Amino acid sequence: MSRLSINGVSKRFGATEVLSQIDIEIGSGEFLVLVGPSGCGKSTLLNMIAGLLTISEGEIRLGDERIENKEPKDRNIAMVFQSYALYPSMTVGKNMAFPLRMAGVDKAQQDSKVAEVAELLQISHLLNRKPAALSGGQRQRVAMGRALVRDPQLFLFDEPLSNLDAKLRVDMRHEIKRLHKRLGTTIVYVTHDQVEAMTMATKIAVMEGGVVQQFGTPEEIYDHPANTFVATFMGSPAMNLLEATVAEDRKTLSVGDGVSVPVPKGALAPPAGTPVKLGIRPEWFATEADGSASFVDLPARIEITEPTGPDIYAELMIAGQKAMARLPAGTEMRTDIDTMFKVDMTKALLFDAKDGRALRPA
Amino acid sequence: MIEAAGSRGFTFGRLAIYAVLALAVVFFLMPLVAMIFTSLKTMPEITGAPGFEGNTILSPPSVLSFEAWGLAWSSACIAVACEGLRAYFWNSIILVIFAVAISVGLGAINGYVLAKWRFRGDNLIFGLLLFGCFIPFQIVLIPMARVLGILEISGTLGGLILVHVCYGVPFTTLFFRNYYVTIPDELIRAARMDGAGFWSIFLIILVPISWPIFIVSIIWQFTNVWNDFLFGASFAGADARPLMVALNNLVNTSTGTKAYNVDMAGAMIAALPTMLVYVVGGRYFVRGLTSGAVKG
Repeated sequence: MSRLSINGVSKRFGATEVLSQIDIEIGSGEFLVLVGPSGCGKSTLLNMIAGLLTISEGEIRLGDERIENKEPKDRNIAMVFQSYALYPSMTVGKNMAFPLRMAGVDKAQQDSKVAEVAELLQISHLLNRKPAALSGGQRQRVAMGRALVRDPQLFLFDEPLSNLDAKLRVDMRHEIKRLHKRLGTTIVYVTHDQVEAMTMATKIAVMEGGVVQQFGTPEEIYDHPANTFVATFMGSPAMNLLEATVAEDRKTLSVGDGVSVPVPKGALAPPAGTPVKLGIRPEWFATEADGSASFVDLPARIEITEPTGPDIYAELMIAGQKAMARLPAGTEMRTDIDTMFKVDMTKALLFDAKDGRALRPA
Repeated sequence: MIEAAGSRGFTFGRLAIYAVLALAVVFFLMPLVAMIFTSLKTMPEITGAPGFEGNTILSPPSVLSFEAWGLAWSSACIAVACEGLRAYFWNSIILVIFAVAISVGLGAINGYVLAKWRFRGDNLIFGLLLFGCFIPFQIVLIPMARVLGILEISGTLGGLILVHVCYGVPFTTLFFRNYYVTIPDELIRAARMDGAGFWSIFLIILVPISWPIFIVSIIWQFTNVWNDFLFGASFAGADARPLMVALNNLVNTSTGTKAYNVDMAGAMIAALPTMLVYVVGGRYFVRGLTSGAVKG
């Protein structure tokens, strides 16, 4: 059992609170990604799970055991670092055997475990090399191998892919995901890259300002963000937030310039006249010809278009507000004329203009 | 562009550079040449006695004589004992081995703690240690003599080793601390996750990648301890006297004519170990001082 639960954990450095009241719970075998901009506290939280930082308040449980006051080595947790942190003077084999050596495992057992893990990661041919003679991707594998030899209950990854080039990053992402699928271990993974978070996680915790802004599955986070921070942080290009006010009937929103749209399905409209933000992801736009029945009309002017290959990004001007639309390649579009776009109102979201909270039934 | 600079042809500018460098070499080597030549001459040749008129300090010996080296090593008179520098040479060797090993070892541990195990007041302690680098020798002579007296080791080789360790630790701590701050903290954190403790991290992970700074510290300490005269003259008793003090006494002990060849041979014997250390470790010295970091 390697269920991880973090209950009411806070961290203060002197008078500054860097993490406040973190509550996260994941089941055995889940892949939790902590994502957020730099300085949001995600690495601090990871280091606290690892035991490299003390916690100021709260408790952390792994399985049924409280671990927050244990030494790192007694927590049965392994960690992969951003810089890989391979020991420069040791060969790959010695690096991987190091945790076993420290645990007092006998030599023969060390060797067989290292060989087994090296086989799994396809690095058997590198065992006698020093880290300096390895490429970035190989170092990454060795670092994972060193974490794997101990059969820990929990794996921690601290931005493990950020030192790799773009192509290798995608490869290693797949590799880690495959490894997770195959070994079924519980993983906590820190990244600032929302694509990594979306592609790998079974659960995501979006963090900002030392607070978990939202904790949920990737789908929940993407389709039903809890607030405007989560809405704009996850997804690229970011979600459009159009300023609007609630009309008298509380069923329509006026976006300005006489443009109005119905209140999105599933949203809870506040009293008439309240300023709100209408959240529309770029891919929720469609041209007049493509939209289906649930879509509503929205007049817009195309400012510029950016073909990316599979998609075309169109920068729109809607009632004086900028918005980005993502349309399939080959879509006929002419810039600088007023056209009619369509928006999927079953997906569109409504946020409070003041505190950014999503307006939906509890 | 950079390649072009090296492959440029012979120019007047280059000629001038080589000429100046050659001149500098001659200038700086002159004292050494004079010492070696003098140590290999006989006394009549040095004093320009009949048969050797017109000889200067820089003229090569007409006949090579190693007699002066033998005298300096084993039978020259120092004060009343005529046993040469031999015994003092071994004093210095023992002194330098222990003083260097202890001060470098302590400096490495201090540097490791100050760089990788931060604690309350660590910077203050580092600052105070650094302060030790700037205390002139003369100021501590009397208090140090008192401390050695209290510890009942005044006049012994052990006392002299303690003095050199005290004076060396601030420097070696500074070297190691500055070296270890360049080593990523993640390495230490990884080792902690892997179950290594304070000493395992130091001995298994850090020491094997610290050789450049070990060499720097060893050369630095070796040179200082070996060449020290003041502490040796102040704190070493008759049996513990280091080579530098004995050399001074040798040169100042004279009966009749000054034996310049013996003096020069003695000075060469005293200088050889430091030269050897530089020849062996010199290239690491510069590398270690300038780079400071081994990339993993």
